Amino acid sequence: MNAPEQAPARIDLGAEFRDAGIGEVLDALERDLVGLAPVKRRVREIAALLLVDRVRQRLGLATEHPSLHMSFTGNPGTGKTTVAMRMAEILHRLGYCRRGHVVAVTRDDLVGQYIGHTAPKTKEVLKRAMGGVLFIDEAYYLYRPENEKDYGQEAIEILLQVMENQRDDLVVILAGYAERMERFFESNPGMKSRIAHHVDFPDYSDTELGEIAQRMLAGWNYRFDEAARVAFADYIVLRRRQPHFANARSIRNALDRMRLRQALRLFESGATVDAEALTTLTEADVRASRHFQQAAA
Amino acid sequence: MRITQGCFSFLPDLTDTQIAAQVNYCLEQGWAVALEFTDDPHPRNTYWNMWGLPMFDLRDPAGVMGELKACREANPETYVRINAFDSTKGWETVRMSFIVQRPTAEPGFRLVRQETQGRMLRYTMESYAVGRAPEGARYAP
Repeated sequence: MNAPEQAPARIDLGAEFRDAGIGEVLDALERDLVGLAPVKRRVREIAALLLVDRVRQRLGLATEHPSLHMSFTGNPGTGKTTVAMRMAEILHRLGYCRRGHVVAVTRDDLVGQYIGHTAPKTKEVLKRAMGGVLFIDEAYYLYRPENEKDYGQEAIEILLQVMENQRDDLVVILAGYAERMERFFESNPGMKSRIAHHVDFPDYSDTELGEIAQRMLAGWNYRFDEAARVAFADYIVLRRRQPHFANARSIRNALDRMRLRQALRLFESGATVDAEALTTLTEADVRASRHFQQAAA
Repeated sequence: MRITQGCFSFLPDLTDTQIAAQVNYCLEQGWAVALEFTDDPHPRNTYWNMWGLPMFDLRDPAGVMGELKACREANPETYVRINAFDSTKGWETVRMSFIVQRPTAEPGFRLVRQETQGRMLRYTMESYAVGRAPEGARYAP
C-alpha cells in the first residue's frame, strides 16, 4: 500500500504571506486610505484568517470553506466601495475568488418592475458577478416591508440561495447606513446568519478630511496655499454641521467647486498665468463658499 | 449513430470540467456564450431552441455552467450545444459551437431514395427519431 504523500510538517507563514502577494495590497490599503483604522484592522484580520485557513488545508487539517460574505456599514463617503475593491483583490490573490472583479449594483439592477421580471434580472446580475465580488450598495432597499407586493423579497431569496450554495463562486458584500442595515438584518435573519464579517466604517475626523483633500488635490496637480489650507479647515467644520454631509464625497464636491472658482478668477483677471497660478487654490477660492456666507449671516 | 457537429464531436463527450475550461476560453476572447437545445438534430436544422438569451458580460464560466445544469434538467434526452458569438468585429458570428449533451440512444439517419424522371434518383436524409414521434417525445427512453 502506498503511504499517503507526506504533507510538509512546518510551513513558513511569512513566506506564505509573501507568495500570496497580499502584503502589497494591504500596504497599499494602509497607504492610500486616510484614517479608517478599525476597517484596516478588520481587513487585516480577515486576510490573516484566510491565509491561515489555506495553510491548514495544505496540512490536511479539515477546514470548511469559509463563508466570506460581508456587510460594510457606515455613512456615505466613508470608503466602502474603495475597500470593497481592495477586498476583492485580496480574495483574488488568496485564491478565494477566481477573477477578483467587482460588480457594483443597487436595488434597480436586481428587482424587476412586474411579476416574473425579478428572477431573470437577479440571476443575470449573479451570473455576471460569478468568480468575483457582488457589491450591493444600500442593500436595505431590497426589502420594503410597507409594501407586501414588493418584488424585493424575491431577489433576496434568490440571493440567499446562491450565497449558500455557490459560496466558492461568489462573494457578496452588502453596504449601507449602519442603522438601516441593522433593521434590514433584523427582518431578514437568513441574510444575517449567512454574513460572516461585519465591518463598520467610522466617520472621518476633521484632520483626516483635510488630509484627504490634500491628497485629492495632489492627484489632480493642484495645491492649497497656506491661507487656503487654514480656510479649508474652517470649511470642513462648517460643512459638517450642514445636512447631507457625505464625508470624502462632500470634500471632493467642494474641491470641484473651488476649482471652478479658481478657473473663473484666473480667466477674469485677464493676466498672463504661469504653472504656479494654475495649480494654486487661494483663500478667496475657498472663502467664497456659501457655507461661509451662511455662517456669517 | 453518433452525431458529429461542431467542435470536439469526434472526441469522447466532454466532462463538465472540460466544458467549463472551453467556456472560460470563450469568455477570455470576449465572446458571448449561449445555450441551445433541440430534438431534431438534422445537419440542416440550424435553428435550435434558445435557452435564454446569450450571456453577455460574463467573467467566469460558473454562470454558464449553472444555466447548463438548469437546461439539462429541463430538457433531458435532447441535444444541447454551447455557442460562442464574437461581436467584437461588428459582424456577429458563431466562433465556436459544441455539443454538451446528447440523448442516450441516437438512432441516426436513413438515406431516402426518391425515384424521379427517367432513371434519376434524388437522395435525402431522414432522422429515425424525428420520423417516429412528434417534437418532445422523440428521444424519450
